[in-house]
Amino acid sequence: MTNSRFPANRTPEIGAFFQRDRNWHPPAFTPAYKTSVLRSPRRPLLSLDNTLSELTGPVFGHNILGELDNDLIHNFAGPGESAIGPRILVYGRLLDERGIGVAGALLEVWQANAGGRYRHKKETYLAPLDPNFGGCGRTITGEDGSYCFRTIQPGPYPWPNGPNDWRPAHIHFSIFGHGFAQRLITQMYFEGDPMIWRCPIVRTINNRRAIEGLTAALDMEATIPMDARAYKFDIVLRGRRSTLFENRIEGN
Amino acid sequence: MVQALCRLKESASQTAGPYVHIGLTPNFAGIAGVYDRDLGTAMVNDNTRGERIRVNIRVIDGAGSPLNDALVEIWQADAAGIYNSPSDLRGSADPNFTGWGRLPTDMTTGECMFETIKPGRVPFFDGRKMAPHLTVWIIARGINIGLHTRMYFSDEETANAEDPVLMRIEQRERVSTLVAPRDGDIYKFDIHLQGINETVFFDI
Repeated sequence: MTNSRFPANRTPEIGAFFQRDRNWHPPAFTPAYKTSVLRSPRRPLLSLDNTLSELTGPVFGHNILGELDNDLIHNFAGPGESAIGPRILVYGRLLDERGIGVAGALLEVWQANAGGRYRHKKETYLAPLDPNFGGCGRTITGEDGSYCFRTIQPGPYPWPNGPNDWRPAHIHFSIFGHGFAQRLITQMYFEGDPMIWRCPIVRTINNRRAIEGLTAALDMEATIPMDARAYKFDIVLRGRRSTLFENRIEGN
Repeated sequence: MVQALCRLKESASQTAGPYVHIGLTPNFAGIAGVYDRDLGTAMVNDNTRGERIRVNIRVIDGAGSPLNDALVEIWQADAAGIYNSPSDLRGSADPNFTGWGRLPTDMTTGECMFETIKPGRVPFFDGRKMAPHLTVWIIARGINIGLHTRMYFSDEETANAEDPVLMRIEQRERVSTLVAPRDGDIYKFDIHLQGINETVFFDI
């Protein structure tokens, strides 16, 4: 790990992160998503202000990235081959709650193939695997928090929960910020998908605006003509307090 | 009317689901050739300073079964109590220690085993020293938002007794849910998601 994400003339911020809005996030216990029932803590969380253990976090240099890491169409495909499915670009910015771009952050994504099938030993859906699609990718945000990757649009798929529950098409995102308290896993949905509002996992979130905030917009201006459509997906991590005028203990 | 604060809302969390391995540990999932190795599997090398330890973690559901599809991340200071992070302005961390590890729980046993070093003590925000600890973050199918907790060390009784975070736990019998017993060089940390032994989780 290196400090390359921070230019020498910029001091990293060390203020505490804004409190997480637990009413905006899904609660732990959501019986309509059955697996949550036995996996949800029931006691109150212990709340306290951030310490160095949460204000700090791991940093990943660009040296970990391979040339095709952000190209899911090709990073698992055989020579001269490419994954099957609607070709798309997914781009956007990683911001914090103050609207400031989060630079140098690792984004990892995973998804089903165009038929809605994951490459995983526990996967039982009858849709076929695509021999040229693995389903994972990663990238590191630029100085302004921007990122981009290329993939195919994943398919919806049925899953064992209710007798006939289907997931909307989605891409999973894992995001590192600058502090471990910002660590976040979420999913990106696609504008106009009628499956979004029927999904018990989406509906673990109680707030319509919060769900809309996970729904990527089709952006025709960012398409590559005769190649790939584009979806814009901005992601927001916790903001942090300014340390202006704040007394800090020596050595802290 | 007043001026708008123009804050954004944090993106809402969603479960990592059953196929989290594809994205975060693809080699473990059998997806070879995309990444050289799974990130977070090696925290130490031959030159890392500090006492070598192993940490065995299980995540146990409300029926008493270990999760065989969870993913666990740990984040910790080096042997001198410095984090390998640009946000730690107190000094340079051991360059041979990443401080961050990530492992899937075994699909049969539900266990994962981190090879790391015992961390040094880190100051609390008021300057008091915290006891050595690991920050632990758990995601899995059925977990809607990542669970944040800490692991403390059973052989640090004096430090644990004065730890400002442990002191905040009102029900004193629950402190033990965060203290991993030592057996040789292995600390065994069982995380209980529910029940009478429910682990203390943090909103931090």
